[in-house]
Amino acid sequence: MSQLVGHYNYWIVIFLMMAGFYIVIAHGNLVKKIVGLNIFQASVFLLFISMGNVEGGTAPIIMEGVTRYSNPLPHVLILTAIVVGVATTALALALVVRINEAYRTVEEDEIHEQDTSF
Amino acid sequence: MTAQHLPILQVIVPLLAAPLCLLSSNRQIAWLISLIAGWTAFVIAALLLSQALDGEIVSYELGGWLADWGIEYRVDIVNAFVLLIVSGIGSVVLLYARRSVWQEIYHDRIPLFYAIFMLCLGGLLGVAITGDAFNLFVFMEISSLASYALIAFSQERRALTSAYQYLIMGTIGATFILIGIGLLYMMTGTLNMQDIARRLPLISGNHTVVTAFAFLTVGISIKLALVPLHLWLPNAYAYAPSVVTAFIAATSTKIAFYVLLRFMYTLFGASFAFQNMPLSIIFLALALAAMFAGSVAAIFQDNVKRLLAYSSVAQIGYMILGISFASATGLTAAILHLFNHALMKGALFLALGCVYYRFGSVNMEQMRGLGRSMPWTMAAFVIGGLSLIGVPLTVGFISKWYLVVAALELGWWPIAAAILLASLLAVVYIWRIVEAAYFQAPADSSNAVPREAPLSMLLPTWALIIANLYFGIDSSLTTTAAAQAAQCLLAMCMLPP
Repeated sequence: MSQLVGHYNYWIVIFLMMAGFYIVIAHGNLVKKIVGLNIFQASVFLLFISMGNVEGGTAPIIMEGVTRYSNPLPHVLILTAIVVGVATTALALALVVRINEAYRTVEEDEIHEQDTSF
Repeated sequence: MTAQHLPILQVIVPLLAAPLCLLSSNRQIAWLISLIAGWTAFVIAALLLSQALDGEIVSYELGGWLADWGIEYRVDIVNAFVLLIVSGIGSVVLLYARRSVWQEIYHDRIPLFYAIFMLCLGGLLGVAITGDAFNLFVFMEISSLASYALIAFSQERRALTSAYQYLIMGTIGATFILIGIGLLYMMTGTLNMQDIARRLPLISGNHTVVTAFAFLTVGISIKLALVPLHLWLPNAYAYAPSVVTAFIAATSTKIAFYVLLRFMYTLFGASFAFQNMPLSIIFLALALAAMFAGSVAAIFQDNVKRLLAYSSVAQIGYMILGISFASATGLTAAILHLFNHALMKGALFLALGCVYYRFGSVNMEQMRGLGRSMPWTMAAFVIGGLSLIGVPLTVGFISKWYLVVAALELGWWPIAAAILLASLLAVVYIWRIVEAAYFQAPADSSNAVPREAPLSMLLPTWALIIANLYFGIDSSLTTTAAAQAAQCLLAMCMLPP
């Protein structure tokens, strides 16, 4: 039981990851797929951030009388990963805009109908 | 002074060329800038390779920060070899690009195209050169995002959906790699590849390490387009502009393969990957599936670009097969095939680009009678095709030979037979094109007059074809480098003694 509760951050990560992954696979709407992809990526961000937490540690800012700090490196890594994620989302949305101009739809099955083999 | 900074210049030159291309906002100047940057990168890679061939390992600490805290670039024989082929293909493709891009891409977007092309090149070189696991992820995403955009430059609308599909799958792959790197960091507390390699053996039975291994293998396999994760590849190659297809087909899957080698051999170590984990048998099954499914699918394609794309899926199978032998010869064969496949697919896609330039289509129908109207282009295509099949005197033969030798060394003769059988399938699909080009009358009579592609496109194509023949006849450079690289990976030469 303590295993389950003590690792609650991982359960959240796994739930978000699977939810995002499911949306990417199951949804036919290209914009919703991107939303799913974002949730999927966000779960990994949480994984990294919760990994950097040190029990009883504070934010990694030097202060009088504090000796335990959380590990700041995963946070910095995730800042970079968030930037990558934003770039991916922006590019994906730009592609969707152009797909919408070319096909007049953002539904996968309707695009599929217009191209015989997607 | 400059010599000492070569590793960083390798990446910085293309990355700086990107904004310059954008600022120039003139298509000729943008082309010139990217051409100069591409060739500079090639020269740097050649210098680095000559250092690495002497057994020297170049370590470069970014900003003077020691490797444990900062990012380290580390060039050994493995990545020097990969850097050479990537920058080499990049510079040849750039020579070819001027006319082809002018024809296939909206003119106002051309400076933008070269800017993104440079980002893609810089990203790929960065992946190869870095010695830091997270830095590798970032560069991989730079090159991947750039290649999604490059594919979408095509005027065909199906390129957009292909790019979208590639983006979704590529991002899932990248996120898997990120999870793997995160889990490794969690267990080892470092991102430097050498440090990870040093600390992993101490905790090799740990479940988190096993999970990281699984995530990394699957994530890289998506980027690599290993069957059954190859679904993005055929459409992406078929609808991208010719230049982009030639560049991406010859470099991006090779880089993914390099990443696989780096993680499996240097970070986890061969004994963990092949003895603790059942990697060998999984890769063997997937490689055989890729070789046959890819080749059979290629036989039934009508779009020649798509045909070659499926053939790429099959060729990736050969490389993975080389790893699955888990022997030094097998690994040498895999690294050789990495280099050789880049040469042959680059040449073939450039030749197809010439056809597209003249006729605006590369369907089987269009290929009919091309042997007469485009003799030089089709001659190049035939030699490239022979190389793909693995006929002696071409590079294809060298890597197939090493693969067969590696299979026989282990006594796996059914696998050796399978390699030969899959090569026969390659004969079938290449023959379909040769038959159409040389033995069928053109669809309409206007195709019968000679309409050879311009010289600025033919010369780069032939340069790669000659490289195919040269390294097929005198393979001493490639086989020495590949054998040294295999030794280096197996002996974990990134670790200090």
